[in-house]
Amino acid sequence: MVETAKLIQGNQAIAEGAIYAGARFFAGYPITPSSEVAEECSRRMPRVGGVYMQMEDEIASMGAIVGASLAGVKSFTATSGPGFSLMQENLGFAVMAEVPCVVVNVQRSGPSTGLATKPAQSDIMQVRWGRHGDQIVIALSPSSVKECFDLTVQAFNLSEKFRVPVILAADEIVAHMRENFTPPAPGELQVIDRKKPTVPPEQYKPFEPESDGIAPLAAYGSEYVFHVTSSMHGPEGVSNNNPANATWKVSQLHKKLELYRDEIVLTKTFDVEDMDILLVAFGAVTRAARAAAVEARKTGIKAGVLQLVTVWPFPDRELAQLAGRVKTVVVPEMNYSGQVAGEVRRVLGPDPDIKQVNKFNGQIITPQDILKAII
Amino acid sequence: MSHATGLKYLKKDSLPLMWCSGCGNGIVLAALLRAFEELGYGNHNTVVVTGIGCWGKADDYITTNALHTTHGRALAFATGIKAVNPKLNVVVLMGDGDGVTIGGNHFIHAARRNIDLTAIVVNNCNYGMTGGQFSATTPADSFTSTTAYGNPERELDICALAGVAGANYVARGTVYHGRALQNHIKEALNKKGFSLVEVVSPCPTHFGRNNKMKSAVNMLRWLKEKGVTREEYERMTGPEKNGYFVIGKLADRNAPDFNTRYEEIRARALGQ
Repeated sequence: MVETAKLIQGNQAIAEGAIYAGARFFAGYPITPSSEVAEECSRRMPRVGGVYMQMEDEIASMGAIVGASLAGVKSFTATSGPGFSLMQENLGFAVMAEVPCVVVNVQRSGPSTGLATKPAQSDIMQVRWGRHGDQIVIALSPSSVKECFDLTVQAFNLSEKFRVPVILAADEIVAHMRENFTPPAPGELQVIDRKKPTVPPEQYKPFEPESDGIAPLAAYGSEYVFHVTSSMHGPEGVSNNNPANATWKVSQLHKKLELYRDEIVLTKTFDVEDMDILLVAFGAVTRAARAAAVEARKTGIKAGVLQLVTVWPFPDRELAQLAGRVKTVVVPEMNYSGQVAGEVRRVLGPDPDIKQVNKFNGQIITPQDILKAII
Repeated sequence: MSHATGLKYLKKDSLPLMWCSGCGNGIVLAALLRAFEELGYGNHNTVVVTGIGCWGKADDYITTNALHTTHGRALAFATGIKAVNPKLNVVVLMGDGDGVTIGGNHFIHAARRNIDLTAIVVNNCNYGMTGGQFSATTPADSFTSTTAYGNPERELDICALAGVAGANYVARGTVYHGRALQNHIKEALNKKGFSLVEVVSPCPTHFGRNNKMKSAVNMLRWLKEKGVTREEYERMTGPEKNGYFVIGKLADRNAPDFNTRYEEIRARALGQ
């Protein structure tokens, strides 16, 4: 069957992208503005042999997807601000126990209950640092309905390949926006499945990395019997309080992503070849930044855009390389404190003129808002 | 048939057990492993899921698959496992603080959903691992490290909660009544749908010491005297019942479990 273009919402595209990537378990708790992901999964999962579970809260949702993933099924959840806060402890579990899964956080305006139905980009630091303990995470941020689909597939791929939870840091604008979208045919996008062990069952150690830095993951119910804990553990998966072991384990959690940094960090650039001003944007605001760059060029100001498709690990090298060509860098983002602007300063140092465009009233940043900072 | 020892499910290289002398956890562990043996459970198709607390360390001593989770959330993790692989035997080991205090919400909803898990809640009436603070099952007026003048709160009846929430099987045992406990665990493992065995168990290190039952023997005597059948309990009137609790099977039903219901939903979805 040839798929034709459909007018669909970002949240629907996330659900469809997950199913395309092979997800067959969704556990979640309703919350605006992410609920359509759950609704779509409730309709689609039983038709594709999957399971939709509406849990009692987001704590349970996060726990359930970790359990399902360890039973060998690609799993995900979707939430927003308050729910994302509740998920942090068990998200940390997934980091420590190296359990592949995807967490969609459709960012909304805070703090706390805030403007529950309005967009924001104010969870960027929570995505990075929201859990206790030292760790790194992968987070991707879509700017369109198509990217909602594509980056969900990508999130699963990275998650499966590196045995990590991946966060899709969407925002209310892309989640509720409707655009024409043609779903890719099966096989059109790459779909990666986690590496399974090949050693005899009695030799399997669930946390022992192979030469590529990644440990294969068996499934409960397979011929491999294994023990998983989020307490400090050695390669065999049982508790180990030895300081040398802790050094190894925490380093391993970092190194396995540092090793593949270039594969994980994704960016897009627009009109950067001859630019004098660089706009650094992510998520829905990328659209305003691109429109602003086009408008600026009409007045003779050569503006270009760097879109941070991956927000964590932060695209520091890509940014530094482009910023070397300009005197001014502008960072528009829907938060007060300049969560990404702070990272841009950290990477670029004091030399370039870094301007912030911040809006935190639940309204979208417009191209005009950005143009005011340029012109 | 020779007597089941359960030894083949015991990780001997993890011994000795980390629990205090006089703790009841070893007796519950033995009853569980014997029940595994009597039912012919395999290591491959069994997952033991634990939370955090003294009893939550039990997975360290069991040869099956295991998942040691966060405090209070074991049932949520177990729910995900069972939902995607109904063939697995999923056994959830929690204490009173873990399973029904911080984890109370998950406990209610696992029972309501009637997901085919077996929860074994060891109730030692306090948080043993953190030093004997009061939990939701600490009896009123009892002394703990955070109720120096007596507990102002009332205790929760775990079995009654599981029963009204919809569990298919509910039983309460004690570590004094070892053989009956093993039978309850076996029945619970065999039951499709959510099943709960509450095991009243001594914590001589904290709860006993704080409540004039310093020795493990005193605590076992307490279990022997205060754990009574439903008939015995119902013969008592008013204040006579104080301090006594019912042991035995308290609920036994066959409502369809979550996975069975979800299969029906799948068939409906595909029929549309």
